[in-house]
Amino acid sequence: MDNAQRAMLDLRAMDELASMDSPYHRLSPLSKFLMTVVYIFITASFHKYDLTGLLFMVIFPLIGYQFAFIPVGTCFSKLRNVIPLVAAVGLLNPFFDRAPLFRIGSVNVSGGVVSMITLMLKGVFCLMASFLLMATTQIDDLCRALRKIHCPKMITSLILLTFRYTSVLLDQVSEMTQAYSLRAPGQKGIHISAWGTFLGQLLLRTMDRAEDLYEAMMLRGFSGEFHYAAGRQSSRLSWLAALITCGAVITARYINIPAFITSLFF
Amino acid sequence: MLRFDNVTFSYPGSAPALEGVTFEVNDGEKVGLIGANGAGKSTLMKCVPGLLEASGTITVGGLAVNRENLAEVRRKVGYVLQDPDSQMFMPKVIDDMIFGPVNYGLSREEAEAGADRVLEDLGITRLRDRYNHRISGGEKRMAAIATVLAMGPDIMLMDEPSSSLDPRNRRALINTIKGLDRTMLIASHDLDMILDICSRVILLDGGKLIADGKAADILRDRELLEAHSLELPLSLSR
Ligand SMILES: Nc1ncnc2c1ncn2[C@@H]1O[C@H](COP(=O)(O)OP(=O)(O)OP(=O)(O)O)[C@@H](O)[C@H]1O
Ligand SMILES: [Mg+2]
Repeated sequence: MDNAQRAMLDLRAMDELASMDSPYHRLSPLSKFLMTVVYIFITASFHKYDLTGLLFMVIFPLIGYQFAFIPVGTCFSKLRNVIPLVAAVGLLNPFFDRAPLFRIGSVNVSGGVVSMITLMLKGVFCLMASFLLMATTQIDDLCRALRKIHCPKMITSLILLTFRYTSVLLDQVSEMTQAYSLRAPGQKGIHISAWGTFLGQLLLRTMDRAEDLYEAMMLRGFSGEFHYAAGRQSSRLSWLAALITCGAVITARYINIPAFITSLFF
Repeated sequence: MLRFDNVTFSYPGSAPALEGVTFEVNDGEKVGLIGANGAGKSTLMKCVPGLLEASGTITVGGLAVNRENLAEVRRKVGYVLQDPDSQMFMPKVIDDMIFGPVNYGLSREEAEAGADRVLEDLGITRLRDRYNHRISGGEKRMAAIATVLAMGPDIMLMDEPSSSLDPRNRRALINTIKGLDRTMLIASHDLDMILDICSRVILLDGGKLIADGKAADILRDRELLEAHSLELPLSLSR
């Protein structure tokens, strides 16, 4: 299987993950969305040297995955192509910020190294949280929930179509690379001389397919509303869960819990 | 009733794909649309729900197809696309089947009940909760037809409904279609199916209407068919 095809299966498998059942799946889309947004904002707001405080934040997604009955490994295996990109963001920090921050034994640890690690962790934690949301919530349900809180139609339709468009695009890539490799045996990848036409064709074909899909939706009465989505009822329990989680996330931001616990004992 | 009046259409920068096509399909009539590859069958169908904007007039149940009436026209018309991959966009077959009815105001329960009836008629209840990307090409074709039947449209347009179906599914499809009391326009190269279902046949070639008459007459006319790159249906060729 080529890369595009695998990515395709992964993306479609998200739909399958999202239609499983678990306590976390059963929470209302909006409460999950709220938890995820609050978590991402708070995690991103940690100070660049606050490594210990940040480390504690991993606990929230980990608990979430437990309640969703999804092994955390699924997230890393599906996002294996994205995670290095996210992690690479902080790579230059050690070169700019050389002031020593603390010592481990006789080794000086510079501020740059710490901020690099916090930045990487922030990226990875946020990915874990977004993946959890996508893996437990159908895209149509989420859009429906967003419409309920008066999110503009344009934005929800855009989210939906982007999601669908990505799968169409990957579909076309894998179809075309397959067709290509069938007629270019023994060749690895696509020869550089064919790249131009390949990309041009890809663009045209995807646009056609995406248009067909959009037309198929219009023909069946789609008007930017998501009545058709099941939309789990927003139960009191979901809001309670959201409230507790958000409270805990915000507390963890302002109280360094590892330090606090240590201080209780020493 | 479905009326085409002097319908002409050209794709940008090409010769006309439809030229002065005029005919009407009466309420409850099932009409076959035949013609060689590139004759203009799909193009003609796309003009009905306004996916292509043709010159001339098309009327659907007394309503002219134009920008203002588009929503209402689309509500009356069910269209099975030639390519089922473009037709199915939800994760599961059942999600796709209730998409249309719920958009048009049915409750989820009503839509699901309707969908279940259609699945049963077509004999594909086992596909109900399957994922669209994990079913075969023919199964997807059956599911695509089911999504349109579930909307209960007044007028059905079907583009190659029987292609890639095995004999059993093809038979189930033919029986279902025959049992439906709806206005239908069916484009197909499966002339035996057309003969079985349709009372009337329209023959297109090069975007022009060549013949319009009783299915039994046109499909028996070897000379006419061969002159337009078609062959007698198998059941009549002995
Ligand atoms: N998107 C397009 N752009 C330009 N020309 C097109 C396009 N689609 C079809 N055509 C041309 O319009 C004419 C009619 O095509 P159409 O798809 O209606 O044929 P058809 O009768 O449905 O054929 P088939 O039996 O192969 O499905 C053909 O000559 C075709 O080349
Ligand atoms: Mg066609």
